[in-house]
Amino acid sequence: MSDARVPGTLGAAWLVARKDLAIEFRTRTAFLSALVFAVLALSIFYFTWDESIVTAADRAPGVLWVVLTFSALLGLQRSFSIEEHDRGIDALLVAPISRESVYLGKAIGNLLFLCAIQVVAIPALALFYNLPLGRGMLLVCGIVFLAMLGIVAVGTLFSAMAVNTRLAELLLPMLSLPFFVPILINAAQATTRVLAGAPAETIWPWLKILIAFDIVFVVACTLAFPFTLEE
Amino acid sequence: MSVPPPTGSAPLAVEVAGVSRTFGRRRAVDGVDLVLHPGDCLALFGPNGAGKTTLLRIIAGLLRPTSGAVHVGGRSLRDDAAARAHVGLISHQSMLYRALTARENVEFAARLYGLRDARAAATRALERMRVLDRADTPVRALSRGLQQRVSIARAIVHEPSVVLLDEPYTGLDAAGGAALTDMLHGLRAAGASLVLVTHNIDEGLDVATRAAIMLGGRIARTDARTDVDARRYFADYRAMVLSA
Repeated sequence: MSDARVPGTLGAAWLVARKDLAIEFRTRTAFLSALVFAVLALSIFYFTWDESIVTAADRAPGVLWVVLTFSALLGLQRSFSIEEHDRGIDALLVAPISRESVYLGKAIGNLLFLCAIQVVAIPALALFYNLPLGRGMLLVCGIVFLAMLGIVAVGTLFSAMAVNTRLAELLLPMLSLPFFVPILINAAQATTRVLAGAPAETIWPWLKILIAFDIVFVVACTLAFPFTLEE
Repeated sequence: MSVPPPTGSAPLAVEVAGVSRTFGRRRAVDGVDLVLHPGDCLALFGPNGAGKTTLLRIIAGLLRPTSGAVHVGGRSLRDDAAARAHVGLISHQSMLYRALTARENVEFAARLYGLRDARAAATRALERMRVLDRADTPVRALSRGLQQRVSIARAIVHEPSVVLLDEPYTGLDAAGGAALTDMLHGLRAAGASLVLVTHNIDEGLDVATRAAIMLGGRIARTDARTDVDARRYFADYRAMVLSA
């Protein structure tokens, strides 16, 4: 151990995230299931709503957030289950890195995973609902990123809490969804206004609340995470 | 009963003072005291449910004791992340990621411990456990024994000065067992302290400097290895377990 320099919090977090992404890249199980779910849900919503009652542009924000929320849950589910199989989490916890860096690493991995899903889901949404591409879609991508930040912060924490329980797959959505609500309300409101071509000053208040929730959730969940590991 | 420190004035590597741990109403570890100096190897024997694994997890900092304190090199592993850099843990669960190769698993551990040349360190550790020829095979494609060798390589890649081993011989064939025994002798000779939890008296006594028997969460008996005859010790152990 003489020739060693233990990584700092962010360095260790990046190592954990990179490892998780490498595992996902090899197996592709969560990615494919989340992606298939996203595309199927988009198409089902498209074909089951009457165009003469609600226009596609009015439906799109709601559909987007339903699809993103549940595809996020599929990804978050696997976040700590890969640690549980052969107790890889124990190797992380005996390593000379902080508990917070394990959480941040998991959260970064989840965020990149969800971004990869959105790379397909958002263009698919634009295609199905005939949304105009351009500045509006770029703004939607920004809103999605901000919302995913909050969702990942909360979901990663609850994924760690739920993984040791018998009903992990049921418990994660039950615990997470109430905390997703404030994020989703603000994100959906901002998206609706962007797609309706509303002026920036009507969008910004919703974004400010969204950013505030992101900050609160990231800080609170990072601090709370070490306690979820107590047996 | 406690495991007393051996004679000598070397600094303490592991110090367990009055450690207890309860799960609900069950007391898994009950007032254990234990002291190890550098170069010591304590073989800890006991039947299933005696509290050996719980004690090892407490020493590793994975479990918080209900009462008492654990210090490794004078520092608490739970509260001091840097102190964990000197500890290696081998469990009966492999702690490996099945989708990654053996080399990737060990290299990931080396990076977590901040080793400068993680790849070279991983290669050395895999070579030491005689599994280098399977370095690029995904762990899921390895047999249980080979996975255990990789798991041991992962645990010792940073050359820890305190090694905690929970049933490390599980699943190993003769060659794997020999490689592990050689490695444990090598670690001890280099001044590392070992706590070896095992059911196998012969394997435990082979590398131990002290032996202890744990029953019902307590250290029921402790001996210096030099005072122990393996055959008689086994008979005594069996009698203690059956009468407990």
